[in-house]
Amino acid sequence: MANGITVQAPAPPAARRMTMQKLMRRRSTTALALALPLILLISGLVIYPAFFAMYLSMLDRKMETFTGMRNILFLMHFDTFWMVVKQSCIFALSAVFFKALIGFVTSHLVHNLPPKGQRKWRGMLLVPWVIPTAMSTIAWFWLFDPAYSAINWILAKFGIGPVPWLGVTSWARFSVILVNVWYGAPFFLIMYLAALKSVPDQLYEAAAIDGANWWQKVWYVTLPMMRNIIAITMLFSLIVTFANFDIVRILTAGGPVDSTHVFATWAFSLGIQGNNIPMGASVSLFMLPILGVAAFFILRDINRRGSSV
Amino acid sequence: MSAIAAEIKAEVPAKRGSLKRSRRWALVWSYVFLIMFAVFFLMPPVYMLIMGLKSSGEIASMSNPWWVFHPTLDNFIALLTSEQYLTFFRNSAVISLAVVAITMLIAVPAAFSLGRMKFWGSTTLAAGVFLTYLVPDTLLFIPLFKIMAWVHDTTGIALLNHWWALIIIYPTLTVPFCTWIMIGYFQSIPKELDEAALIDGAGYIQMLTKIFLPVALPGIIAATIFAFTVSWSEFLYPMAFTVSADQLVLPVGIVTTLIKGDVYNWGQIMAACLMGAAPPLIIYAFLMDYYIAGLTAGATKG
Repeated sequence: MANGITVQAPAPPAARRMTMQKLMRRRSTTALALALPLILLISGLVIYPAFFAMYLSMLDRKMETFTGMRNILFLMHFDTFWMVVKQSCIFALSAVFFKALIGFVTSHLVHNLPPKGQRKWRGMLLVPWVIPTAMSTIAWFWLFDPAYSAINWILAKFGIGPVPWLGVTSWARFSVILVNVWYGAPFFLIMYLAALKSVPDQLYEAAAIDGANWWQKVWYVTLPMMRNIIAITMLFSLIVTFANFDIVRILTAGGPVDSTHVFATWAFSLGIQGNNIPMGASVSLFMLPILGVAAFFILRDINRRGSSV
Repeated sequence: MSAIAAEIKAEVPAKRGSLKRSRRWALVWSYVFLIMFAVFFLMPPVYMLIMGLKSSGEIASMSNPWWVFHPTLDNFIALLTSEQYLTFFRNSAVISLAVVAITMLIAVPAAFSLGRMKFWGSTTLAAGVFLTYLVPDTLLFIPLFKIMAWVHDTTGIALLNHWWALIIIYPTLTVPFCTWIMIGYFQSIPKELDEAALIDGAGYIQMLTKIFLPVALPGIIAATIFAFTVSWSEFLYPMAFTVSADQLVLPVGIVTTLIKGDVYNWGQIMAACLMGAAPPLIIYAFLMDYYIAGLTAGATKG
């Protein structure tokens, strides 16, 4: 490298600095030009609307006068709002927990299989994630249908009475979570399987030599090695589940009596269907805190990764 | 020395036998539980197929819902000859293909610029791109709705209730994530490659098209699949922005027009869902490895 420079030494220092400057200028302008469409798209259709939502939430119903925090204060005194907050949290936390649990268990089961068969099983188990949610939820809707329920048909064979899957509050809450878990668990399975494959075999061998049993291997080897991926997957999933719309919308549309509404579906029914756009915007903005927390952790993760490279 | 060796040798077979047996039991149990999970995971799509093959009469008779006694393709034929269903399908297809094209045209150059041509603020911008991926559509649909109405009022261009307007909106769902995974792919390409290209006198654009695109082809395929499946299955934006039956895309069309009829024609609805789910499923069946690479790239590549 140094040798090459001394041999060639093609230009006097001043001229070389000129070309370097030119190159830098050309380089950064090209780079900016290449990234410009992305910057325009994000600022125009993501960042601007996000701030516009904050402005909208401060208008009155006719969107003529500025009312400040009145919409937010109104929501605070509204029982349905607190029910939606509670339901959103129950929905997101329990769904993510069970997705992670099922993903963890199934990934271990698949990992146990001989390598030849793994591909087939992995392919089969990821199907729920591939089918568009709107369409699979319609199938679930009918599996839960009070008159024709195919699940109740099977349960009846075991003498279990007809379950009102979507008709009663507690069962409806259970059903939306169940469908969400069904849809999201395969994603966890894939992520955890990828993580499992990256754990070096030597660690398990060492643990086996030290006399560790299966539980100890999971607790002291697998979990610490997978900690990062478990955390980041759960964080992603928490955001997506918190903001979920289609499953609740199609399955229950918020019913019975608004008891299964989450932020997104309630914002939709207030803002678009109820034609009260500022109120809908206010409701949807309550998703921001969870986003902020997630953003904090993810940025920290990115920065740490950046400095370690 | 030899005595010890003999002792070990004598012990080994018995131990290996028990180990083998416990492994085999672990395998059997794995299969048992996996079959249970597979039944749970595959229940809705299988149910779609069963119901799609049934006639309305057979469904109404409430016989065994898990078996088809008189399979018929009537539902599928009825849908494929129905003007309305084909319109939904065409809308979905045109939107998805256009969005894939736009997404790749925006994301690939941007990822190249952010990942390989370091400039002032490029790292911050890359992190920002990822954060925008986390901003959900459920937060943006109300302001976007208002903005579209506003555009109509000021310029006279009607964006609401027109399917092509979704082509402008969908890239917000696809571009951030595609850029992010492409940054990962581009960064994994050795630095020597672009140095060699620079020495040979290639410009940056040439470098991108001649070297980076071919080398990062797996990433591009993964990003394309992601963009297609996301735009094919998006539900909230079309639900909020389109109303008329001829402007709907597949997921919304099935939910609103087929379900809200007076009679629930479930056989047809299930057949419609199955055919609607077919394009992503077919892509997945053929390109599973790319699909999974795209899924895992988001969290594992940085």
